[in-house]
Amino acid sequence: MSFLIKVNNKEIEARNGETILDAMERQGIQVPTLCHLKDMLPSGSCRMCVVENAKNNRLVTACSTPVEEGMEIQTHSSGVIESRKTIVELLLSNHPDDCLYCVRNKNCELQDLSEELQIRERRIKGVKNNIHLDRSGTSLVRDPDKCILCGRCVRVCEEVMGVACIDFINRGSQSIIGPPFDRTLNTSSCVNCGQCIMVCPTGALSEKSHFPELISMLNNPEKTVVVQYAPSISVSLAEEFNMPAGGDISSIMNAALRKIGFQYVFDTSFGADLTIMEEAAELVNRIENGDTLPMITSCCPGWVKFAEQFYPDMLPNLSSCKSPQQMMGAVIKSYWAEQLNKNPEDIYSVAIMPCTAKKFEAQREEMTSRGITDVDAVLTTRELGQLIRMYGIDINNISPEATDSPLGFRSSAGKIFGASGGVMEAAIRTAYNMITGEELLKFKVEELRGLDGCKEAQLKVDDLTINVAVVNGLANARKLLDKVNNGEKEYHFIEVMACPGGCINGGGQHIGAAEGAVEARMKALYDIDDKETVKTSHKNPEVIKLYKGFLGKPLEHTSHELLHTHYYKRDVIL
Amino acid sequence: MEKNIEAVLNKYPEGSVDNLIPILQDIQEVDGFLSEESVVKVGEYLNMPASKIYGVATFYNQFRFTPLGKYHIQVCCGTACHVLGSATVLEEIEKNLGVKSGQTAKDGIFSLEVVACIGACGLAPVISINGNFHAKVTSESIKEILDNYRNKE
Repeated sequence: MSFLIKVNNKEIEARNGETILDAMERQGIQVPTLCHLKDMLPSGSCRMCVVENAKNNRLVTACSTPVEEGMEIQTHSSGVIESRKTIVELLLSNHPDDCLYCVRNKNCELQDLSEELQIRERRIKGVKNNIHLDRSGTSLVRDPDKCILCGRCVRVCEEVMGVACIDFINRGSQSIIGPPFDRTLNTSSCVNCGQCIMVCPTGALSEKSHFPELISMLNNPEKTVVVQYAPSISVSLAEEFNMPAGGDISSIMNAALRKIGFQYVFDTSFGADLTIMEEAAELVNRIENGDTLPMITSCCPGWVKFAEQFYPDMLPNLSSCKSPQQMMGAVIKSYWAEQLNKNPEDIYSVAIMPCTAKKFEAQREEMTSRGITDVDAVLTTRELGQLIRMYGIDINNISPEATDSPLGFRSSAGKIFGASGGVMEAAIRTAYNMITGEELLKFKVEELRGLDGCKEAQLKVDDLTINVAVVNGLANARKLLDKVNNGEKEYHFIEVMACPGGCINGGGQHIGAAEGAVEARMKALYDIDDKETVKTSHKNPEVIKLYKGFLGKPLEHTSHELLHTHYYKRDVIL
Repeated sequence: MEKNIEAVLNKYPEGSVDNLIPILQDIQEVDGFLSEESVVKVGEYLNMPASKIYGVATFYNQFRFTPLGKYHIQVCCGTACHVLGSATVLEEIEKNLGVKSGQTAKDGIFSLEVVACIGACGLAPVISINGNFHAKVTSESIKEILDNYRNKE
């Protein structure tokens, strides 16, 4: 049922049960918000979105007040503006004044609001926050001084990720947001996904930077600095430079990376192809030998830590395959180093990922063999943007270049890893071939594409029916795994990605993405898959060569040593 | 301690989140404070993250997170005590013990807590140590009172 309400003296349509904010958004009428998160229940705590109900001159929060027939709303009356201004002035009263040194300088919602509301003097002086900076984690830095207590991180962590490692602590002016017992992030159940960074309006949450070490390595003549970038980076980086979402700029990125000083540039999608070779072989093996099923993907480090904490009994279900980042790192420092006659110890291997949890993954002790780390430093998409700007590279004015070979060619199956459902689709293409010796007639598995949190499909392989599921957002994974555990659902293979939509929406991506950006990034990946001819990992000529000349067969000795890993139950506060 | 927690939890067989605060109160009654271990145990029992429980517990003044000292000092900050200088009394005790309200001194002898009116307004400003009231305390008498307790050790 819909009816009319008046906003700023103009009638607009409102639907029964929606909030004033919903109705106004549809008409393009904007009011500022802070604690509001799209598609989640309103909390109404920051009161930034107040509007005036003209009938009784009272201020109500647009985000949490349902529309009523005959309502008359003023969005920018003098009372409303005054009230919003006071809210921001109060938020600023105890906020540090170090914008120039802040990781979110020029990309901060508090800064924007202060500017929009023309706050030009410090009217309210409060005692500045002075709480410990938490640099204990491998991926995230928590600076509670900069926290304005909007609670968006708390809600994402609990409702989207199903982790709930942080919450409000204390009360009133003593309130902070943090892990239980005022501990640090490293002993909490934080899975390093970085979704809290994505929703943080200020610099209270950010990724841990590896810049100083990286820059010194780039200038060290004894080191060969190599770089790999994840499948989703080339379709996401453009937004860091104000270009529309979804543009694939891989060849420009290759050139930019070389200009910065990376001597060799690789696409992690090659590593993804390798992951598929191993993972598909493992799946076929498990099905044929009647081993633990469902097999669950293990390329997402956020999910892996989640499983180690919350589902330790299901660790045997996780594929033993390392993630594409780690496989790529491992072959760079073995096969590739051998080919180019380089000492693995002199290689500094950098990975650019849409993900903060990859920083954690790279330093897991299982990811080092014989004292050689697979990957030495991990940068997020955002950090790559910063690096390109720091080195003064004009990406609008640069000639495209290709990746380096060997390890330079990728299939489009490796590329679609960046989207939720992509790993599954790529694995199906190769597993089908491994079982039947033939190629699929139709590569596309429509049911597994898109942004739904949980997707399912049934596939016929000869006389075998394989049930698969794809989940993204760890809260969805929790729901699905509980169903699997109580026998309600049965699958052969499950893909889990921690972030909603997969890596294209990872915690290392551009902050403040435009509406529809994630869809655009996803479409860009599938467009690449449509356009290109090598659509399966097992048809990647360089993968074939790598197995022939170095690895042998999937799951055999060398592969096992380099490309597989193990997991263990973690002792953290749940 | 683990047994105490079990015994408390057994009193709430339905394991409902609604019982969170009574459970925490009961545990504090038995243990004197909420330990990390007990919060985690309650979380497992109610299927609730420890962060949520700690959030709830720190919201209320009634919960402590450090064990009580041998002598537990309650400083009354009710209206009458406030008017007659309980703030100075509190400050003096904090200085003397080197702890803040809600904490326990390192030697475990004293713990300190601020409470609302304890119903002895005629004795204001008043403090209670293990239930024994000390009336009309002043910055000067505090040292003496605390030293008396210290000397018993």
